[in-house]
Amino acid sequence: MDYSSHPLLNHSPSSLRANASYPQSSSFTRQNLFQAINSALKHSLRTDERTLVFGEDVAFGGVFRCSMDLATEFGSERVFNTPLSEQGIVGFAIGCAAQGMKPIAEIQFADYVYPAFDQLVNEAAKWRYREGDTGGHIGGLVVRMPCGSVGHGALYHSQSPEALFTHIPGLRVVLPRSPARAKGLLLASIACNDPVIFLEPKILYRAAVEQVPTEAYEIPLSQAEVVKEGKDMTIVSYGQPLYLCSSAIAAAEKDFGISVELLDLQTLYPWDKQTVLQSVQKTGRAIVVHESMINAGVGAEVAASIQEGAFLHLEAPVQRLGGWATHMGLAFESFNIPDVTSKLLR
Amino acid sequence: MLLRNPLRAQILQRVPRRQTRWSSLSQRPGSDRVHFPGAVSSKFTTKLSFEHPSTHPAMPTYRVMDSDGVVVDESRKPSGISNEEIVTWYRNMLTVSIMDLIMFDAQRQGRLSFYMVSAGEEGIAIGSASALVPEDVIFCQYRETGVFKQRGFALSDFMNQLFANCKDAGKGRNMPVHYGSGKLNIHTISSPLATQIPQAAGAAYALKIQALQNPDVPPRVVACYFGEGAASEGDFHAALNIAATRSCPVVFICRNNGYAISTSTLEQYRGDGIASRGIGYGIDTIRVDGNDIFAVREVTKEARRMALEDGGKPVLIEAMSYRVSHHSTSDDSFAYRAKVEVEDWKRRDNPITRLRKWMQHQGMWDEEKEKEARSQIRKDVLKAFAEAEKEKKAPLRDMFTDVYEDLTEESRGHMKELGRLLDDYPEEYDVNEFEGGRKGLSEP
Ligand SMILES: Cc1ncc(C[n+]2csc(CCOP(=O)(O)OP(=O)(O)O)c2C)c(N)n1
Ligand SMILES: [Mg+2]
Repeated sequence: MDYSSHPLLNHSPSSLRANASYPQSSSFTRQNLFQAINSALKHSLRTDERTLVFGEDVAFGGVFRCSMDLATEFGSERVFNTPLSEQGIVGFAIGCAAQGMKPIAEIQFADYVYPAFDQLVNEAAKWRYREGDTGGHIGGLVVRMPCGSVGHGALYHSQSPEALFTHIPGLRVVLPRSPARAKGLLLASIACNDPVIFLEPKILYRAAVEQVPTEAYEIPLSQAEVVKEGKDMTIVSYGQPLYLCSSAIAAAEKDFGISVELLDLQTLYPWDKQTVLQSVQKTGRAIVVHESMINAGVGAEVAASIQEGAFLHLEAPVQRLGGWATHMGLAFESFNIPDVTSKLLR
Repeated sequence: MLLRNPLRAQILQRVPRRQTRWSSLSQRPGSDRVHFPGAVSSKFTTKLSFEHPSTHPAMPTYRVMDSDGVVVDESRKPSGISNEEIVTWYRNMLTVSIMDLIMFDAQRQGRLSFYMVSAGEEGIAIGSASALVPEDVIFCQYRETGVFKQRGFALSDFMNQLFANCKDAGKGRNMPVHYGSGKLNIHTISSPLATQIPQAAGAAYALKIQALQNPDVPPRVVACYFGEGAASEGDFHAALNIAATRSCPVVFICRNNGYAISTSTLEQYRGDGIASRGIGYGIDTIRVDGNDIFAVREVTKEARRMALEDGGKPVLIEAMSYRVSHHSTSDDSFAYRAKVEVEDWKRRDNPITRLRKWMQHQGMWDEEKEKEARSQIRKDVLKAFAEAEKEKKAPLRDMFTDVYEDLTEESRGHMKELGRLLDDYPEEYDVNEFEGGRKGLSEP
C-alpha cells in the first residue's frame, strides 16, 4: 500500500478545506498518526489540568512515540510510567475518572488488553448505570491501544479486538483511519462523558501522513463519514482497510463502470446505523469490510442491521469481508487480511 | 557531579517521586553491596541460604483492650474520644447487627432476594470509618454495612436499596447490599471481587493531584475495603504495586475473617496473612485486632495521617476477625465448618460485646440502657423496612437510562420495541409494581 499519494489522505490543505469536519480557519501541518495523536494529547494536557496520560513506557514517549515529549512539558505527575499491569492501569484509570480526572490510559498493544477486560466490561461500562442517582460516572476515561496487523506481528502484535468491546453497552468504541480523523476523534473521546476505547491502527502510525489542522477540533462520535459518494453499491469499513477499499473502488469503477459509495464508521459502537441504512437504501448493495476475524465481528452486526432496516432496497445479499477465523500466524499474514484480490474477485 | 556528593545523593533518594532510584555511576570497587538497579542496597553474602517464611515471626496484632473489654496497657488507653461518640459507635454496631438479623429472616421469608450480614465484623467497619473524615473517599466490598452506617447512611437508605425500590439511589439495578452514596463519598459497591482496589489507588492519585493543583482543598485519602479472599485476585496485587509506585494516599483495609465463602485461609494463601504482602510492595503495614474497635480506630487514624505524609503514600491494614455468620443468605456454612467452631468464636470474642463490657467498666452503660437501645433500634429498623417495602419499583425506563450519559438511538429503539410487547401482550408482564406502570417506559 502506497500511502504517500493515497487519495484517502489529505495531501494538500485544500482537501482539508473541502471537508466540513475540520476548522476552516486553522493552519495546517503535515503529521503522521502518532504525531496527530500526540497533538491531541498535548492539547488536552495543556487546556485541562484534569488530564493525565499514563501507561507502560509512556514517559519516554511510548513504544509508538505517541506520548513523545509530554512528560517533559507537563511533568511526571501528569504523564508517567505505570508498573506493567494492564488490569492495574485500567483500574487505576477508572478510579482517577471516578474522582473527576480525565485519565488517558495507554495499553501498549491491543493484544494485551485482556488482563484489563474485567475492569473495562464489568467496571467502566457499568459504572454510570450502577451509580444511578448518586451522580457517579467515569466520563473522561479514554483507553488508547494500538491495533491491527503490520505484516510481521504474528499472534500477539496484530490483533484488532474491537468486536469484543462493541458487544458492551456503556463503552464507546472508536477507530480512526488517518491522522486528521484521529486528532478530532481523540479530542471528542476525551471530551465525551462516557468511557471510550480508542483503537489506533498501528500500521498507520508512521506510514499515514497528511495535512492536519494545528488547531484543536472534535469530530463527533457515533457518526459515520461518507468518504466517497456512489450510486450502485455501499462499502462500509473502518480503519486501515478503508485504504484497500478505496483502491479497490477506483479499480472497479474503472473496470466495470460502476459507482461505489464508501463509508467510514469511525465509531464502532454506538454506531451510526442511520447513515449506513440511508446509503444502502440508495445503492441497494452493501459489503462490510474489516481486518479482524469475520466471525461475530462488526460486519455481522452491520449486515444484520442492513437486512433489518433496508431489506426491501437490497438487490443482493449483504457481503462480509474480514480476516479468516484463525490466528495471525507469522508466515501467513498476507493471506489472512482483506486485500484488493479477496475483495474484487469474490 | 551532584550524585558524587553523598549528602546530595541522600537527599535525592529521599525525594519520593524520583524517577530513577539508582545512579548510573559504576559501583565503587570493593563495595559490600549489590548495585543492581532492581535492588539498591542488598549486601553481598557468601552464605547460600534461602529465606524461609517460617523463620520470620508472624506479624503482631495490635490491640488496646482484651476480649473482656479491659485495657491491656494503661498507657495506650483510649483518649480524646467523648463518651457520646463511643455510645454512637456502640449504637451503630447494634444497629447493623439488629438490621442484619431482621433482614436475614426477611430474606428467608421471601421478602427480599438476598442479604449479607456483617456479624463479627461490625467493629472493623465502624471503628475504621470513625477515623476518616467525611471528605475522604471510600470503596467497599460488601461486608461493610457499618461503614455506611457510621457515615450517616440512613435506615431508609439501606431499606430502599435492599428492596430495590424507586427511592434507591441505584434505581433498583443492583443486588441487595450493593449500597452507594455520592453525598457520603462512598462509591457504589460492585460484585466482581477486588476490582475496587486498583480503582481506589487511582482515586487516591486523583485526590493527590487535585490537592497539588488546588492547595485550598484540605488533603483527603481514599479508604478501600476488601476481604482476604479478594486479596488473591490479580487486581489486589496490581493495586498495591501501582499505589506504591505512584505514592497514592490510600488506606487499604483488609478484613481477614478466615473465610472466602467456604474456602478457609489455609487454602487461600500460605504466607503470613495479607499483611506480609504489604511489606513486599514497599507499603507500611499493620495488623490489628478487628474485634477491638478502639484499636481499629486508632490504627486507621494513624494510617490516614501516614497516608498524607511525604506527599502521599499507601498504607495497608489487616484487620483480623472471624466471619460468625454464613457467607450470605445463599450459603449454609455448616456444610464446611463445624457448628462448634462458630459457637466457640461467638462465645470467645465479639466486637460488640467487648465494647459493651468496656462501657460497663466505665459505668457509662448498663442492662437497662442496653434494653432500651435494642428495642428502639429494632423499632426504627422495622419502621424503615415497612416503608420501603411498600414503595414502587423505579420506572421501567431506568432499565435503559444511564448506560451512556444520553440515551442512544439503539436504546430508544429497544424501548419502543419493549413498549410494543407490553401493549400487545399485557397479560404476560406485570408493570404495576413499577412507578408509572407502562407509561414509566417512555422518556420523561
Ligand atoms: C471475581 C469474583 N469471583 C468470584 C466471586 C464470588 N464470590 C463472592 S464473595 C466471594 C468470597 C469472598 O471472600 P472474602 O474476600 O474473604 O470476603 P468475605 O466474604 O469473607 O467478607 C466469592 C468467591 C465474585 N463476586 N467475584
Ligand atoms: Mg473473608
